[in-house]
Amino acid sequence: MSLRVDGLRVYYRSLNGDVKAVDGATFEIADGEIMGLAGESGCGKSTLGKSLIRMDARMRFVEGRVELDGRELPIWDDRKMNAYRFTDVSIIPQYALSALNPTRKIGALATELLAARGIALDEVMQEFKRRLKLVGLPESVLERFPIELSGGMRQRVVMVLSSLLDPSLLIADEVTSALDVSTQRAVSELLVEFRDRGFVKSMIVITHDLSVLYQIADTILVMYAGKLAEKAPAETIIEAPVHPYTQLLLSSLPEVGIRYAEKRLSGIPGRPPSLLDPPSGCRFRTRCPFAWEQCGDEPAFKDLAPGHAAACWKAA
Amino acid sequence: MLTLDTCCKTYRVGSFGGGELQAVRNVSLDVGAGEVVSLIGESGSGKSTIGKMILRLLRVTRGNIRFEGTDIATLGGKDLRTYYGDVQGVFQDPFSSYNPIFKADRVFTLLRGEHFSGLSGSEWSTRLQSALEDVSLNPGDVLGKYPHQLSGGQLQRMLIARALLLDIRLLVADEIISMLDASTRIDVLNLLGDLKSRGLGVLFITHDLSLGNYISDRTVILRRGSVVEVGTTEQVFGNPLHLYTRSLLASVPQLHTKWKDIEIELDPGTTDADVDAWSPADDGVLVEIEPGHLVRSSNQDRTS
Amino acid sequence: MQASGWRGRSELLYFAFRNWKFVVGIGVVLSMLALALVGPMLTEYEPLSFSGPTDEPPSSEHWFGTTSFGQDVFSQFVYGLRAAFVVGVVGGGIAWLVGAAVGFTAGYRGGWIDDVLNMLTNVVLVIPTLAILIIVAAYINVKGYTTEAILIGLTSWPWAARAVRAQTFTLKTRDFVDVARLSGRSTRKIIATEIAPNMSSYLLMMFILLFGGAILIGASLDFLGLGPSNLISLGLMMNNAFLSSALLLGLWWWFIPPGIGIIAIVGGLYVMNVGLDEIFNPRLRET
Repeated sequence: MSLRVDGLRVYYRSLNGDVKAVDGATFEIADGEIMGLAGESGCGKSTLGKSLIRMDARMRFVEGRVELDGRELPIWDDRKMNAYRFTDVSIIPQYALSALNPTRKIGALATELLAARGIALDEVMQEFKRRLKLVGLPESVLERFPIELSGGMRQRVVMVLSSLLDPSLLIADEVTSALDVSTQRAVSELLVEFRDRGFVKSMIVITHDLSVLYQIADTILVMYAGKLAEKAPAETIIEAPVHPYTQLLLSSLPEVGIRYAEKRLSGIPGRPPSLLDPPSGCRFRTRCPFAWEQCGDEPAFKDLAPGHAAACWKAA
Repeated sequence: MLTLDTCCKTYRVGSFGGGELQAVRNVSLDVGAGEVVSLIGESGSGKSTIGKMILRLLRVTRGNIRFEGTDIATLGGKDLRTYYGDVQGVFQDPFSSYNPIFKADRVFTLLRGEHFSGLSGSEWSTRLQSALEDVSLNPGDVLGKYPHQLSGGQLQRMLIARALLLDIRLLVADEIISMLDASTRIDVLNLLGDLKSRGLGVLFITHDLSLGNYISDRTVILRRGSVVEVGTTEQVFGNPLHLYTRSLLASVPQLHTKWKDIEIELDPGTTDADVDAWSPADDGVLVEIEPGHLVRSSNQDRTS
Repeated sequence: MQASGWRGRSELLYFAFRNWKFVVGIGVVLSMLALALVGPMLTEYEPLSFSGPTDEPPSSEHWFGTTSFGQDVFSQFVYGLRAAFVVGVVGGGIAWLVGAAVGFTAGYRGGWIDDVLNMLTNVVLVIPTLAILIIVAAYINVKGYTTEAILIGLTSWPWAARAVRAQTFTLKTRDFVDVARLSGRSTRKIIATEIAPNMSSYLLMMFILLFGGAILIGASLDFLGLGPSNLISLGLMMNNAFLSSALLLGLWWWFIPPGIGIIAIVGGLYVMNVGLDEIFNPRLRET
């Protein structure tokens, strides 16, 4: 098992109390697996991703156990995690493309990043250049400033930097959201290529776009309001989902070929619950067309078929 | 109803304004009453610039934009106000469209002085209520609240309601749902479809082909400021002629088909050199291949 | 996307009184202000009249002692404080108004208007202010502190204009400005009702800095003997003390109060400003 997460709870402190962003996550990712983490804004997917590498100081680790390649990750301790960041777990943060320091050339950026890890750029320079070439970037990119590169190029630079030390787990947080359609495809396929070439062992791809996940992920985990809703192989999630949220979400996505005049799609009425004071029972209850009294008790996230888990009374 | 005639928008760039950036080149398009036209383009294609030019927020460098035959560049004062009573816009970021220090319904009261000064308090309330109901919003849910207390979907609908209050004829919708959640997107999109049947014309600006395909009657594909293909939605999506359109369609992530299985032939070796982001688009002419379906053709592009 | 707004009014006050920089800063400034308002009523001596023996250290009769001319230092001090506040309010106020007007117009309108105003701002910025003030002060018989304050105000607005212009640029790109334009709002109204209120914390802090700056410039002018000579101010006190070799003679009670006075007001203002920055900007707050 490459990654194993057990009962993870991560909250955010706020003036009005704790925001229960991730409220009990249990799942596994095998070696070489690309897992897509999907859900709408506020569902906790970004928090879950960031908590595995402890990137955000505002997060409060409440409980849970995370094991990577058999070793427990000290995700409650910022300093202890330093030893694991970049080398075992790495992240391509959200908005990475706009987070590159505009006053630094790419080469200087890389040097500083690696120096902070205690690695001199010369040691990995060969590999760095090789990988840049692999992703279709010319060596001259090292002499350019971020502003001279297009969005797609910047995203690729960040991808190469994040995976330079061959981490076991790479977390890609909304890396394709701000890109154009053609670049989106190129970057997504690049993620798969990184896995195929062994630069990273497993990957968590966080996005709200299920169709991108269908293209590149092996399995998909759908989250709703801080809880896990359904996890299954990508093909199963798209073709035969069992959780009502997944079903409704999929049916609200327009695809090329579906036209309003012929088939009117519908969304999901209502809004996700507040995570400050979430309701008891199943959190999707108020918007679910299949809800009944049993849903007042929180359904457990458990396996319904080999490799297919969901948290729903109806599906069980 | 609305016609753009070889419009150009040029910006001065570089130190002392020495260089030039052509954001929009010779774009011509039109939107009729009760028609949804999608303006599809990636970032840097100039689609938002076109939207702002139509809304008179930016000036056209060359060419002209006509609404019901009148050149909108000539409008001033009262005529401009009348124009804004016929043409309005909704933008991408619902939270940026509202001044955060005021309540959300201020977007309505802003209009009252200019356009509805003659109405009494109760008449105004009734109008407001019916406009909100037209966009499926419960007045009690949204009135009297601050923007941060409402959701993106509600805020966008309120902006549409604001446009409807004025009883507009044309709505410029610039990426209005791209910042909304998937579950609410389709509702706002359906709303546009419903309004279409009331005679409202919509210029739907987006980068998302599936949305354009879903909602529009006609489609315009824009690339680096130039129109490369235009036709009815069936024509453009069913029989894409321009290389760029085809490469776009081949890259759209679909839910039941993998990328490698999409059957759109691309000529081999055609990659976009994105190193030089400012290379000019090919100039050429729009050629009518079938009635209503035009494609830009030049020496460099190859079309079937 | 952060959604800030006036909803945080009580939240602001909550943070305000927990921020020691703000509390200390405003405390010092307000106590000096209180002294300026009430002080003259506490003393029976006129600041410039010869009311006692010369070179007397502080005593129960003359709380801050006397000068080499037999003037009461305490009454000079409190009247000097008054003058300082007048210069601060009038000088800072004028700089603020002119700077804001120029900044908003240049920032919102852009184009050639921006270019012209920019040129004007740069010219006034580059002129050595103190030199100009010295020359002007030497020719115009500066009658009162208000005149001095006006001169200071008219020469210190450029950096305020620059700052306002930059902020206006960023706010102008927000969609709600476009929505206001589409609703038919005039430029003037848009600046006043859409843009300025969103910069209110910035404008407040700017005023405080200009206030402090005006006092400093005023004190410098007075110290050089270029301020009104028929009245008294803290800078003038220091000037007189210096000219009378107070330091050498050990007449510490003559120059220490005005020195501390200036430092206290200006320092207090700056510290208060830093505190305000933390209050308004949640990201700077220590949790």
